[in-house]
Amino acid sequence: MGTTASQLDKGMLSEYQELTFLTKQEILLAYKRFSELLPKEETNGISYRIPMNAILELPELKTNPFNERICKVFSTSDSHDGSLNFDDFLDLLSAFSDSATLEIKSHYAFRIFDFDDDGTLGRQDLEKLVNCLTGGTGDTSLTPDEMKQLIDNILEESDIDKDGTVNLSEFQHVISRSPDFVSSFKIVL
Amino acid sequence: MDSVFNIDIREHIPNNPLLYQPPSYDSLLYRRKSSTIGSKRRSSSRGRFGSLNSVKSGGSTIKRQDDIEKSLLEERPVRELAKSMKEKRAVRDQRSLKAQDLSDWGQWRQNTRRCLKRLKDNAEDRLSSLKLWRSDIRQIEARFGTGILSYFSFLRFLVVLNLVIFLLMFCFIMLPIIIIPYTSANITQNDQDHGSVCSVYPSSTRLGLVIFHEHITDLLSGGGFLEQTYLFYGFYKVDKIQYPNGTYNLALAYLLATIAYLLVSLIWIVKRSATGFKQNLVKDEDSFQCFCNKIFAGWDFCITNEKVADLKRSSLLYELRTDLEEERIKQEKAKRTRKDKCQIYSLRLVLNVFVMVVLAACFYSIYLATTFSQEQQRKQVKVNFIMDLIHEYLPSIVITLANFLTPLLFSVIINFEDYSPAFEIRFTLIRCVFMRLTSIGVLLFSLWSQITNCGEEPCLCGYNTALYSCWETRVGQEMYKLTVFDFIIIVAVTILVEFPRKLIVTYWKSGLSDWWGEQEFAIPQNVLEIVYGQTICWIGAFYCPVLPAICTIKYFLIFYVKKLSLIQNCRPSTRPFRASSSNFFFLGVLLIGLSLACVPVTVSVAQINSSRACGPFVNYNTSWEALTASVMELPHGAQTFLYALSSEAFAVSFFVVSCLAMFYVIALAGAHKRVISQLKDQLVMGGRDKHFLILKLLQAQRLSQAQPRASGSKSRSRGSPSYHTSFNSDFPEGLLLVHPVPNSSTQV
Repeated sequence: MGTTASQLDKGMLSEYQELTFLTKQEILLAYKRFSELLPKEETNGISYRIPMNAILELPELKTNPFNERICKVFSTSDSHDGSLNFDDFLDLLSAFSDSATLEIKSHYAFRIFDFDDDGTLGRQDLEKLVNCLTGGTGDTSLTPDEMKQLIDNILEESDIDKDGTVNLSEFQHVISRSPDFVSSFKIVL
Repeated sequence: MDSVFNIDIREHIPNNPLLYQPPSYDSLLYRRKSSTIGSKRRSSSRGRFGSLNSVKSGGSTIKRQDDIEKSLLEERPVRELAKSMKEKRAVRDQRSLKAQDLSDWGQWRQNTRRCLKRLKDNAEDRLSSLKLWRSDIRQIEARFGTGILSYFSFLRFLVVLNLVIFLLMFCFIMLPIIIIPYTSANITQNDQDHGSVCSVYPSSTRLGLVIFHEHITDLLSGGGFLEQTYLFYGFYKVDKIQYPNGTYNLALAYLLATIAYLLVSLIWIVKRSATGFKQNLVKDEDSFQCFCNKIFAGWDFCITNEKVADLKRSSLLYELRTDLEEERIKQEKAKRTRKDKCQIYSLRLVLNVFVMVVLAACFYSIYLATTFSQEQQRKQVKVNFIMDLIHEYLPSIVITLANFLTPLLFSVIINFEDYSPAFEIRFTLIRCVFMRLTSIGVLLFSLWSQITNCGEEPCLCGYNTALYSCWETRVGQEMYKLTVFDFIIIVAVTILVEFPRKLIVTYWKSGLSDWWGEQEFAIPQNVLEIVYGQTICWIGAFYCPVLPAICTIKYFLIFYVKKLSLIQNCRPSTRPFRASSSNFFFLGVLLIGLSLACVPVTVSVAQINSSRACGPFVNYNTSWEALTASVMELPHGAQTFLYALSSEAFAVSFFVVSCLAMFYVIALAGAHKRVISQLKDQLVMGGRDKHFLILKLLQAQRLSQAQPRASGSKSRSRGSPSYHTSFNSDFPEGLLLVHPVPNSSTQV
């Protein structure tokens, strides 16, 4: 941990501890993993933007069906290409950490599931979501009838104002009644 | 009237942040003390008027400082805001700017708060790193998901629970006896019937040349050299200990320690299950929100293994298909004719009777095995080493066989009973739980019948002295044997069944290996196994105070055995076990085990005469009398108080009061449910109102654009007067027709 830890000084460490839900060990570990993804010649790790396909090589994200959406949601780059700098990376880990509040998790989960970024989960969003979860190719996906029945059921359960879409408040309401969400919406390095 | 509300929602409505805020939302935010928007408004308004305020003098500035202090202290911490790091930094800098307006006292308070919080975080961090098996459990979680993780954290909980129970028994029962040689203390044992038949306790240590395998027999059965040790109840033949400082009533301590460990277990389990219980009680989980739960919370983000991810996907697909099918079946069932229903019910009745018969047969065979085993031990007929062991372990063998065969039988029968898939799983589980836990009860019942049965005449000493000079030790030995055998079986099955299965399936491809398939880690069966072991521990701890320590070691070793088996042999099951409901299930079954364990302990403490030849209750008729005797020695006031507590009047009135409280809470819950459904209807109506209004507005605007401009807006008032003129004049057109930036619409 010699040279890498020295680039992350105490002041920054305590700042990150204040601004995220991560502990000191977790932040240091995150820095270590982040530095491993940096190209060799890059010395200033904090501000460099790692492109999305490099981030997706991380074993924690590789097998996740939502990995691209996660990168796009947490990325603050101007070109919206999913590249993450160290701040974004810590934001990602903080939202997925054990101690993050339910509100933070449900907020980011909503944005991740919102494939077309229109602020609501419409039928297309839900269809894409189901296909991501089940595999979505030919044999492994649901038939159109089953899909329609499933989405009708989801909307019946969660759409309170009956407008055909699930907005953020309705989503957070459903999540608050869901006991499994907090334990499954977790990524630990 | 209906046309007002029958809106074609599919008509395209432009996106608008207004639509996504139900009318109550703003009031909800306002009511929340530490809301983000509230603090933002406050801080932004302060920013705007800051310069103005600084001009004001005197009292108003002091009041404003108090407000700032209050708002800063009530504000949510920065990290709970759902913003990017840059934005969080900006908010924090803004807040610290405001904080500089504070007085010294306020700043000092802020700083101490921050320091304390940091200390607390660091302390929590250190404590959690001390947790047992943290890295192992994390490894399992990453590979197998949270369902199986809950099994292992349950195992960890049992290890800690058993350790605590053992420490309780050790401190209050064993420690006083151990330190006797080191402090000059005297033991008082009043042997009232000295020389009577009841107080004869023949030594069971083997004399003369002892063959090696007899030592093994003794070790495995708790007899021989182990019988007169700290291990069993019989060793504690001490009534009171006179220390230089005072008297220690060991008999009373023994009784109270027993009650204490049962209470501690109860409270700990209830506390642990409190959160899970609340959520499961909200509504029956299976019918309520089951689709949303599976879709939104279905994916385990902890999974890192490619194979496991594929399996998770296929299991989710399977689950969704099953649920959809179940819904279709439900709809079909509603259409069932009367004749069909009669058929199904009669079939179910027959199968349930069959299940009862099977259970009765199992229980009878356990009873027979126990009586046979006790007879053989009494007769002391030595055939050879193996046969001796089998005779000793016959009840354990029969119980294990029954517990192995009956779940298979139940899973076959349930297919004919035509229940919904979710109910099938639950019902089979309930039957298995019943089978496992009742078999212990039957074993104890058969032991009890042997102990209190002296043939035709009533027993001389209250129990059958000829057969059992110290019956508590005998019961303790049976529990010890059950524990040891349970552990041996678990390890043996893992080594002798699962490893070969894995080898066969991997290296020898044939029809057999395809049919048998790879081992699945069946969580319910594993949980039942360890709950069974824990129930034995609870019952046995009274007769064998060291048993909790043995169980701690046993569960500790089982953790590693199971972990090895999981990683080497098993693939994750296709029917996933939900983490939340599993917590509730585990602790629920554990509670059933605990309540079942209380029954034999209570019966033997209160009903059966305690042994005269061994144990701390030599001077009393039953073990409970130790407590009543001590109560008599208390001062008069305390005595009357305790008698009042145990009188019928108190019990009846307590029962009535708790019934009333329960009815009140149930009524309250019903009222809340009604209010919730009313509010839901209101929300639906509110949403429809908004849609209707916005549609009308769009129509009106389209009309105004379609008409030539010369007519002007005033003449439009003929059509729909109030909407058109008021909206046109009050609201800028741009408000509704501009698409907002996507990101901002999700900001709350």
